[in-house]
Amino acid sequence: MSTAKTDRIDRITPAPLVHQDDPLAGPVLRVEDVAKVYSTKKGPLTVLEPTSFTMATSELVSIVGPSGCGKSTLLHIVGGLVNATSGSVYLDNKEVTEPGRDLGMVFQGYTLFPWLTVYRNVQFGPMMRRLPKRGRERMADLFLEAVGLSNFKDHYPKQLSGGMRQRVAIARALANAPRILLMDEPFGALDAQTRIIMQDLLLDIRRRERTTTLFVTHDIDEAIYLSDRIFVMTAHPGHFKAEIHVPFGQSRDESMRTSPGFLAIRKDVYELLHSEGKAVAEAEINAMRPH
Amino acid sequence: MHISTSSQVTDTSDGRAKNASKKMGAPAKRRKVGLFRIGEEIPRGLYLSIAAASFLIPLIAWCVVSYRGMVTQLILPTPTSVVQSMIGSFSDGSLMPDIEISVERITLGFLSSAVLAIPLGVLIGAYKSVEASHEPFVGFVRYIPVPALIPLVMVAAGIGEPAKILLIFLGTYFQMVLMVADVTRQVPRDLINAARTLGARGPQLLFSVLLPATLPGLMDTCRTMIGWAWTYLVIAEVVATDSGIGYHIMKAQRFLRTDEIFVGIFILGILGLLTDLAFKLAQPRLLPWAEANKN
Repeated sequence: MSTAKTDRIDRITPAPLVHQDDPLAGPVLRVEDVAKVYSTKKGPLTVLEPTSFTMATSELVSIVGPSGCGKSTLLHIVGGLVNATSGSVYLDNKEVTEPGRDLGMVFQGYTLFPWLTVYRNVQFGPMMRRLPKRGRERMADLFLEAVGLSNFKDHYPKQLSGGMRQRVAIARALANAPRILLMDEPFGALDAQTRIIMQDLLLDIRRRERTTTLFVTHDIDEAIYLSDRIFVMTAHPGHFKAEIHVPFGQSRDESMRTSPGFLAIRKDVYELLHSEGKAVAEAEINAMRPH
Repeated sequence: MHISTSSQVTDTSDGRAKNASKKMGAPAKRRKVGLFRIGEEIPRGLYLSIAAASFLIPLIAWCVVSYRGMVTQLILPTPTSVVQSMIGSFSDGSLMPDIEISVERITLGFLSSAVLAIPLGVLIGAYKSVEASHEPFVGFVRYIPVPALIPLVMVAAGIGEPAKILLIFLGTYFQMVLMVADVTRQVPRDLINAARTLGARGPQLLFSVLLPATLPGLMDTCRTMIGWAWTYLVIAEVVATDSGIGYHIMKAQRFLRTDEIFVGIFILGILGLLTDLAFKLAQPRLLPWAEANKN
């Protein structure tokens, strides 16, 4: 990340979890100067400025920002679905060049395979690896139970509600035993009540599985409720504006949402995003104005 | 807070409240049925009545015009004479072989077209390189009216069975390739991406994701294309042949048997309707997972 941006990060602390002598304790994910520039008719358009960060094992890190700030692009680059213009992503010190089972992903839209039952959907990853039936069914049973859908094995996706579909999508990603779970506004299409239930479900799964998770959202409360760390991102061009540590540890519940600590962080994030809201709106209007 | 909400719940569950809510639940005012509100449902009985009328009114008009002799029998036969000649042609065994040969031609023509068009269409929809090498050319060819190819087909394949099947094939193949390509392109990108993040690779993506995802669209395409196939069948049978429903109609015209022409037209209509119905009934059985399709 450029130094001009770094001085705006107020709460940044050096990653304390890394022990130099123990290779296994190093970061699971290392993102180094990843940038994305699209060429348009009007010339190059920077969607994402060079961005760097690392993630330690079983951490949950959120990237929060307004739509169009490049957070989703960044997540897709990490997942190997989009090529970065420059910079690299390393998973366990191996460069990511394409998507794969190590990089599990849950999308905002419904991406269950409609022709497969819930049970077969969850087994899709292991099936692609030609895992024997016994093994993959055990994985599917385990994770369907974790998302509370053991009784819906034989349903087709079209028979499920939006929240249930996302539960299956989470189970499907986890049944493939990824090194990291990438979530792209997974609850964005759900109603407010369902979203809260899904957030608690995710916390619950994380306590059990300790999956390293990178979570993209535009919902500030969601980011604080779930994360160990939050990157606040703003647009034009997309960059990390601040890093915020959420000091609530592993035990979280609904009462947290109204605690003073939560509200203080919420105010910080809100102000970070809001201060640029107006400038962003103006920049967008200017960009669309014919020359 | 909790106590007060639970007491409200018990309030509404007593008898009086229930009655009140029942009264409230009934529509206070019957809403007028609007025939011309965009996208709005109409009562099922009304729907069926309108549908029945759409058949009955032309039938009544036909009866009135023909029985009253307002138009000569030579142009418009009476329903009775059409029914009589239909029974006649079935019982003297002259119609059934024609129907059989027509059904056989359409089956062969349509199947050969589908078998070749679906793989190419899927590949065009899946890979931009295949799209570049095939779609512009196919797009050009499909605008050539098939009747314009008849002389060429007859020179190349004669007037036998292969010529007719070839004509049906030519009429449907190019169109079908493009429709299948469109169906394939409409498969959501995220579905493919999700499969990739789950570890699916190259051929797995094609056969385990893209192909099943296109199946409902492929069925719709086949349903549309078999309708087209009937058109080209009749063109083929009218031009040069000695059998088939189209030939039956042409023969009747030669002898000025308008009633027989009507029989042929009705048979075509009924067969078309039956194939369409077969597709409609097959879809939920073959693809129970697909979102319900109207029509």
